Amino acid sequence: MKKKVLSALLATAMITTMLAGCGSEPAASESQTSSEAPVSESSSSEPSSEAADTESAEAADEGKILNIYCWNEEFKTRLTDHYPGYTEVDGTTGTIGDVTVKWNITPSDDNAYQNNLDATLLGQADAAADDKIDIFLIEADYALKYVDTEYTMPIADLGITDADLANQYQYTKDIVTDSNGVLKGLSWQGCPGVMVYSRDVATEVFGTDDPAVIQEKVADWDTFKATAAELAAAGYHMTSSVNDTYRVYSNNVSTKWVVDGKIVIDDNLMKWVQDSKEMVDAGETTTYELWSDDWSKGFYPEGKVFSYFGPAWFVDFSMAADAEGSIANLGKWAATEGPQGFFWGGTWICAATGTDNATLVKDIMLQLTTNEEIMTGIVEADNDFVNNKPAMEAMAADPDYQSAVLGGQNPLPMYCAGAEKIDLSNLSAYDQGCNEEFQSAMKNYFDGNATLDEALDLFYTAVEEKYPELTH
Amino acid sequence: MKGRRRGKVVSYNKWGYIFLIPFVAVYLVFQLVPLVSTVYNSFFENYRSGLTQVGPNFVGLENYRTILENQDIWIYAKNTLIMWLMGFIPQILVSLLLGAWFSNPSLRLKGQRFFKTVIYLPNLIMASAFAMLFFTLFSDGGPINSILMQIGILDSPYRFLSNVWSTRALVAFMNFIMWFGNTTILLMAGMMGIDTSLFEAASVDGATSTQVFFKITLPLLRPILIYVVITSLIGGLQMFDVPQVLTNGTGEPMRSSMTLIMYLNKHLFSKNYGIGGALSVFLFIITGVLSLIVYKFSNERNR
Repeated sequence: MKKKVLSALLATAMITTMLAGCGSEPAASESQTSSEAPVSESSSSEPSSEAADTESAEAADEGKILNIYCWNEEFKTRLTDHYPGYTEVDGTTGTIGDVTVKWNITPSDDNAYQNNLDATLLGQADAAADDKIDIFLIEADYALKYVDTEYTMPIADLGITDADLANQYQYTKDIVTDSNGVLKGLSWQGCPGVMVYSRDVATEVFGTDDPAVIQEKVADWDTFKATAAELAAAGYHMTSSVNDTYRVYSNNVSTKWVVDGKIVIDDNLMKWVQDSKEMVDAGETTTYELWSDDWSKGFYPEGKVFSYFGPAWFVDFSMAADAEGSIANLGKWAATEGPQGFFWGGTWICAATGTDNATLVKDIMLQLTTNEEIMTGIVEADNDFVNNKPAMEAMAADPDYQSAVLGGQNPLPMYCAGAEKIDLSNLSAYDQGCNEEFQSAMKNYFDGNATLDEALDLFYTAVEEKYPELTH
Repeated sequence: MKGRRRGKVVSYNKWGYIFLIPFVAVYLVFQLVPLVSTVYNSFFENYRSGLTQVGPNFVGLENYRTILENQDIWIYAKNTLIMWLMGFIPQILVSLLLGAWFSNPSLRLKGQRFFKTVIYLPNLIMASAFAMLFFTLFSDGGPINSILMQIGILDSPYRFLSNVWSTRALVAFMNFIMWFGNTTILLMAGMMGIDTSLFEAASVDGATSTQVFFKITLPLLRPILIYVVITSLIGGLQMFDVPQVLTNGTGEPMRSSMTLIMYLNKHLFSKNYGIGGALSVFLFIITGVLSLIVYKFSNERNR
């Protein structure tokens, strides 16, 4: 008898969830539209946050739910720690005054974040006001995919002026400027990269670990290769993988990936292919994937890797500094500029068209990306390289600022100089797909599984699968 | 009492139909409707580039032409079949052997239940988790390479996933490990269904156990064998998760381990329902034809 009751219960539960799954969507949006009316009437409840105080009259008749789409906890932590008036409720919600902040966090693996964001943005126009995306975050590799559409709001429409943004690095604005020259996103980070090399290996092979001397040995790609040969003779890999140098080449291209619907491979990328092939064949580097176990073996002395390329976050957080015996833990890395300037990573805040919380969105953007006090706080608490020239230059000049990973070196002057130099006039909306497929296809050439032409054909095939409108 | 007036036979036919309703309903909703809509979609140009939706525009057989023109589908079909055969041949042989042993009463194997459970266990692991495990085990600096180097078989790490045949062999091996237990149990059930008097008669006539296996067990096992081959073939053509996870979706090296479904999956990045639909129709036809061939081939010899 008991069993029967139990099975009946389970069956009903299953059926109801199935039915509920089908029917919930229209029902939910209906209830939300109907609940909107009372909310907007009660204008007496003002946001209590100090920051939003001045705007409160305006903000009062805006939505009470702020939907934020992102792919990890980083922005949430920044907001929790540094935005005045943000209170955390639980893992996916928080409040700012009387506005509820709802986090929709989807990891970017397998493109899941973008798939989810795309689907929601495409339904944005029909969504109930409280379901609409208010803020979403993007990365540089696919920034233009979103920036160059109407789904992203111009920053100027929020009431943020150029004067507000005067202290930001130009490249962080270039990335999120659409094809008509309209700025559509802001970032609190700058991610200029440097070349970090092992002090021990440098001392052993070159007799010194002085960044000025090492810089001369990697001043351009030809000397870089010559140095690689020297290191290989001593039993070290110049870089852990060919993919380490990819960004350095690809940030310095002179054409876009796609011109008039045709895929164009830039000369500098072909130079990467040539240089890399030579280095792989000579045993000076490998073809490991970034972030694979094999690739990260070089974080330890046994990995026998001379250098990596990366920005501040990479040096501080990704090189196993917490692990006993790692080079970073011992403070045995040093930084130098490397053959060419580049950047890696960074997160941009975008406002979604149709947001019902424009005032709050504006305030979040201004506080996090222009408020020098908050930004200095981020540097101190989180070691980010923030997007604020005066703040960073002041710290670069500070003799007390030292990086433990880099054995006491202050890398900020290098980062500051790098951030000014980055030129990103050649971005396209196809960058992410093209870069991924290019590296993946060329691996076959480096490994000797294909000729260069076969590998290029594979690249074209793969890109045209991803973007059916392109040809070559 | 109308029923009684018609005669004493009570018709239970309607219950047959009533009990079939759930199956038919599920089939209609989850199989037939998607099937028809796939065919329908294959006649349209319909994809998304970034946030821009292109189509749906009716293009007739254009998608089919695109697929046939660039010939890639045959390469991936070949890859799929190669990897399926590499896994299926050892799988059926081992299963037959194990099935014969397990179902042979004169052997009186001890701990049968234990072994039956153990050989089935790999099938319980998620294929993707299993592939992830193999990916780590066989990576360039992974445990397998360190073991082989330490016992002196290799001097430098063998790059399993950068060589065509080793990658295919890994995929085949994983499929073999995952499915031979399942096949064994199916074949064993078939073997136990054979009338024991036939075996007894054979042994009275002095047949060796090899003769018994080839002259009695195998011919009588044919219906089950056909079933196993066809289901495995269909499963093999739909091979996806193992190579997808093992090669990180790339089918590297040079797409030599890319299967048909992985190719289909590539088109879903751009939500390309047109080409995807056309590809699925091809897949449907290929599967149908192959199954028919297997079926015909085994039936004819039966006559």
